Amino acid sequence: MNVALLTRLWDEIVVPRLHIPDGFLSLPVALVFWAITVVLLLVAIRKTQQQLGERQIPLMGVMAAFIFAAQMINFPIAGGTSGHLLGGVLAAVMLGPWAGMLVMACVIIVQGLFFQDGGLLVMGANVFNMGLVTAALGSLYHGLAGRRSRGVRLVTAGVLAWLSVVAGALFTALQLGFSGTSPFAVVVPAMLGVHVLIGIGEGLITMAALAFVMQVRPDLVAVEAVRTGGGRGWVVVGLVIALVVAVLSPIASADPDGLERVAIDMGFEEIAAAPPYELLPDYVIPFLGETPLSTILAGVIGALVVALVAFAVGRLLRQRPAAA
Amino acid sequence: MMLPNTLDRYHDRPSSIHDLDPRVKVVVTLLGIFSVLWLPDGAWGAYGLVWCMVLAVALVAQLGVGWVLRRSLVALPFALVAITLVFTLPGQTLFTLQLGGWEIRASDAGLVRFGSVLVRSWLSVQMAILLVATTRIPDLLHALRHLRVPTLLVTILAFMVRYLSVLVDEVTRLLRARQARSAASAQGKAGGSLLWRARIAGNMAGQLFLRSLERSDRIYSAMLARGFRGQYVTVNPHRMRRRDWLALGVALAALGMLQWLGRALS
Repeated sequence: MNVALLTRLWDEIVVPRLHIPDGFLSLPVALVFWAITVVLLLVAIRKTQQQLGERQIPLMGVMAAFIFAAQMINFPIAGGTSGHLLGGVLAAVMLGPWAGMLVMACVIIVQGLFFQDGGLLVMGANVFNMGLVTAALGSLYHGLAGRRSRGVRLVTAGVLAWLSVVAGALFTALQLGFSGTSPFAVVVPAMLGVHVLIGIGEGLITMAALAFVMQVRPDLVAVEAVRTGGGRGWVVVGLVIALVVAVLSPIASADPDGLERVAIDMGFEEIAAAPPYELLPDYVIPFLGETPLSTILAGVIGALVVALVAFAVGRLLRQRPAAA
Repeated sequence: MMLPNTLDRYHDRPSSIHDLDPRVKVVVTLLGIFSVLWLPDGAWGAYGLVWCMVLAVALVAQLGVGWVLRRSLVALPFALVAITLVFTLPGQTLFTLQLGGWEIRASDAGLVRFGSVLVRSWLSVQMAILLVATTRIPDLLHALRHLRVPTLLVTILAFMVRYLSVLVDEVTRLLRARQARSAASAQGKAGGSLLWRARIAGNMAGQLFLRSLERSDRIYSAMLARGFRGQYVTVNPHRMRRRDWLALGVALAALGMLQWLGRALS
């Protein structure tokens, strides 16, 4: 395989592939995430209807089309690969948390429903990963940096944008792991590794876009212009969602389904009896754990890591203006 | 609603599938995908049966089998994610690969699971393709409203779809303008530093945002002038006819039989 083909594969296949197609998530995981997404969307609709008038309906429709179109903007990074925009943080920064969530959800719904970019039964998971998680992280912006200097606001938006891609990838990886589509030990490091890099492009574009709007139309992104979403509250919301998900999913798939059943059918017991911390015994990568408890643990750890990173970043940024 | 050819997946044909009530098509598609995912691993007979059903619908809808097949390959790259299953699930060793210093073993159980994931995904995509190829987007959105999707969400979706082509045109022009002003060397290395390139892309996104915002203001004024009251209205009554109920019944029976067969055969 030559380099050009590899980079094309990377660009067209690996990069945009947070959109999970149908079939790659087990039914319990897909349905649990549909339920979570529906609840969050209903809250978002209620909040948006309270806060915004009918004037906002065309605004949000056009903004959703804007995000869809903006996702086509790319820039070359190196060796033929390119950076893309997902847009969740940008949407939440510009429109506020709930409207941002709604707009992102519409983008993912349209991509799945009309363009088969992502499945229908897994749409709940896709909307959650790429729309709700990213917009929720973007909502931290108003609480963390809404009233700070221009530089702090830009850096906050950039870091949140990077984090949103990583968090979306983490949730995607966890869902694939819970579904038994790919072992945790493979899919979590792989997804995180790739998206830690891809997120940099997201962060840079988000920063530059925000800087542009600040310069051209400062009134749109002024403190008063955007309803502050409250920083701390959103951290709690995000954490609670993550924990609930982590605890629920393995319980929901408690009846040995998919991978677990295959594992049991094929005599997994022998391998499970091997020492728990021996990595790659017989070059068969072991599962991070086959019992619901360890699955829950893996999910909780993942959620905590993201939350801690978000929190630490927030802390750092809070302290910076005092020093500067 | 107007979408350029590259965006519109609808294919107008005078078929009975196109004529069905969109609600029936949405519900049957969702149940169909659900039912495919519900089949156990390795139920190859049942998978084959689903494929026959998909092909039958494609034929009745006069879409052409080859066309559906070609379009259905979009989701296959995601298989990359699941391929590790072949090498990580314990089972009878099929073959071993030397990869650097590592020896990895492919197992039969892993292969069955991998194949099942792939086939189920492929069948699901074909069903989704059939849905949008036989249903106009306004009808689809109208069906969503009948199926209790909140009006606000459906209205936003309708606006989004309406202005999608406009903004995609806009961004295409931005991209073309950038390309026209960027010379590239034979190595294909783009000019400027990474930060500079990112800033240009960000400026484009910001520019697009402002243009979209102004456009939405104009749209709202125009709509007020035309008497907009918060949602789209339609003159299409969307009433379920006898043949719609019949189609729904037949589809449900077929899916039920599929579940029974899938479990009885494997």
